Amino acid sequence: MKEIYLDNNATTKVDEAVFEEMKPYFCELYGNPSSMHYFGGQVQSKVTEARKRVADLLGASPGEIIFTACGTESDNTAIRSALEVLPDRRHIITSRVEHPAVLTQCRNLTAKGYRVTEIGVDGAGRLDMDEYRKAIDDDTAIVSFMWANNETGVIFPVEEAAAIAKKNGAQFHTDAVQAVGKIPINMADSKIDMLSLSGHKLHAPKGIGALYVRKGTPFRPLMVGGHQEKSRRAGTENAAAIIALGKACQLAGEFMEAENTTVKAKCERLENALMAAIPHARINGGGAERLPNTTSIAFEFVEGEAILLLLSELGVCASSGSACTSGSLEPSHVLRAMGVPFTCAHGSIRFSLSRYTTDAEIDAVIKEMPPIIARLRQMSPFGREFLK
Amino acid sequence: MWDYTPKVKDHFLNPRNVGDIADADAVGEVGSLACGDALKLYLKLDENKEKIVDAKFQTFGCASAIASSSALTEMVKGKTLDEALAVSNQDIAEFLGGLPEEKMHCSVMGQEALEVAIFKYRGLEVPDHDAEHDHGHAYPDYEGTLVCKCFGITDAFLKKVIADNHLTTSEQVTNFTKAGGACGSCIPKIKELIAEVLGQAKEAAAKPKLSNLKKMQLVQEVLERDIRPMLRADGGDLELIDIDGDHVQIAFRKACAGCASSGNTAKFVEMKLRELVYEGLHVQEVSA
Repeated sequence: MKEIYLDNNATTKVDEAVFEEMKPYFCELYGNPSSMHYFGGQVQSKVTEARKRVADLLGASPGEIIFTACGTESDNTAIRSALEVLPDRRHIITSRVEHPAVLTQCRNLTAKGYRVTEIGVDGAGRLDMDEYRKAIDDDTAIVSFMWANNETGVIFPVEEAAAIAKKNGAQFHTDAVQAVGKIPINMADSKIDMLSLSGHKLHAPKGIGALYVRKGTPFRPLMVGGHQEKSRRAGTENAAAIIALGKACQLAGEFMEAENTTVKAKCERLENALMAAIPHARINGGGAERLPNTTSIAFEFVEGEAILLLLSELGVCASSGSACTSGSLEPSHVLRAMGVPFTCAHGSIRFSLSRYTTDAEIDAVIKEMPPIIARLRQMSPFGREFLK
Repeated sequence: MWDYTPKVKDHFLNPRNVGDIADADAVGEVGSLACGDALKLYLKLDENKEKIVDAKFQTFGCASAIASSSALTEMVKGKTLDEALAVSNQDIAEFLGGLPEEKMHCSVMGQEALEVAIFKYRGLEVPDHDAEHDHGHAYPDYEGTLVCKCFGITDAFLKKVIADNHLTTSEQVTNFTKAGGACGSCIPKIKELIAEVLGQAKEAAAKPKLSNLKKMQLVQEVLERDIRPMLRADGGDLELIDIDGDHVQIAFRKACAGCASSGNTAKFVEMKLRELVYEGLHVQEVSA
């Protein structure tokens, strides 16, 4: 059975060229980039090249890039830093649909006396900017909004939100883990202070991330120890993974146009075909501006895990907003925040494509999904009741 | 992905007895769209209205919920209603070769649907809760107070599941019932209930062992004082036939003899004797 992998917002395949680029830095060129000798120096120069490649994808300068272990570390670092450099401000603003890397941290900070406002979204997953404007005040230290949502792909107006934060003297951070490599980003013309990205979402390996910190932004490190990363993130650099991230960013830049044309076309074809073939389905985030590779579709009256397992039997890998896939018992906080009704939330499936997704794979999913939904609805008391 | 046994996978991929029974004798429905899983169970009895000759189900839920429903229908076919009532959620899980602990609520849902079906068939009142949250249907005798508002679960239901499954942590209670699995605000209350059930179990265990003579005396006293007057009030009666160790044999008389709900009455007698005499007693209805 050949798998059809449509779960690229969860993680991506390491690109062969990326893997080739990092391979020598395990057994051959294994020097410590901080060492003074030539053996470490050649690794350092490659890390420097990687930093430039990451910066180029973001329209930033290399000095604004700090390598971290993952998106979560980048998010945590950004928020903690802002609170330390603005100690008189005790208010945090974020949204109700953030990734747990931001949301859990913010909620935990309430135990330390911080006031946290979680801005809501509308039925299409769009950020409520009016609520945000009303919430921000001169006590706000940091505003953290994701650039694009991992479940629905809905894109937030982060530039506009950053401008509002700056007017109020707050720092602005964006979790751009899902956006980087999929849509053009240019930090040179931006008011965003900090931006998080993660390697394994753009065909680099797991365990590498980066935090962009705008030049001149007051900053305090989360990890302290040695002088790596200009003392902004202590710990011996994960050189091979950093080099991989650099290559992955270079490739993502080269592929950006295709991402927004060919990948987008495949995603739309999948979405349109499933919506046409399966009654009582709705697009989560339909009507909002979305990532080119992501579609989340709710199939009413059936449960997500059952759909996923039947898909998995056919080699199709996707993801669900269902509670039962996660071990939690309520459906995805993102779908709940959007007010997606229970009839839909439990049966939501996310397909996320990549540059490797083929037309044949899309055809196969278009063929396989309708009978799976029909089979489960036939078994469901609600399906039988409501679909009469 | 969950680590499902081959039997869970088989019953999910090839569920047995899917569908409805148009002329079902008993129908039990639990769960809701809001809860994320729901089960409608249909039972068909033989002409004597004793044995279950057919069982079918409709399930909205995950693989475990579908597999548990399929397993349940296979398990109850050929059983009398009383035998079916003895099927526990652990039995369903064991039939499937085990379920991940996070999915044990699926087996509880199966047992609950079975109880609702049989209780309703026997004419026992099943309260009509809010259709959005209807866990607890199976326990009309002790509806209790709502503990988990997110999933609509009462303290009485929780205490039963805690005791039946020997649960000791709030995480386990969430896995078995869903209570506390959403906003989590009821977790302190769940912990209190666990402590209460554990305390009761300890208290019961600490009771001195009764001599055979004392046990027989107490059984007779409770039957005469607490049980027979209630049965007589409804035109029925019972007779104590024998006490052999922990086994109490009774025969129903008058209106209770041949009553469709006699199995349930026997359960009530057992519950009362366990409460007032000794936890280890078993009541058996005989025809003498």
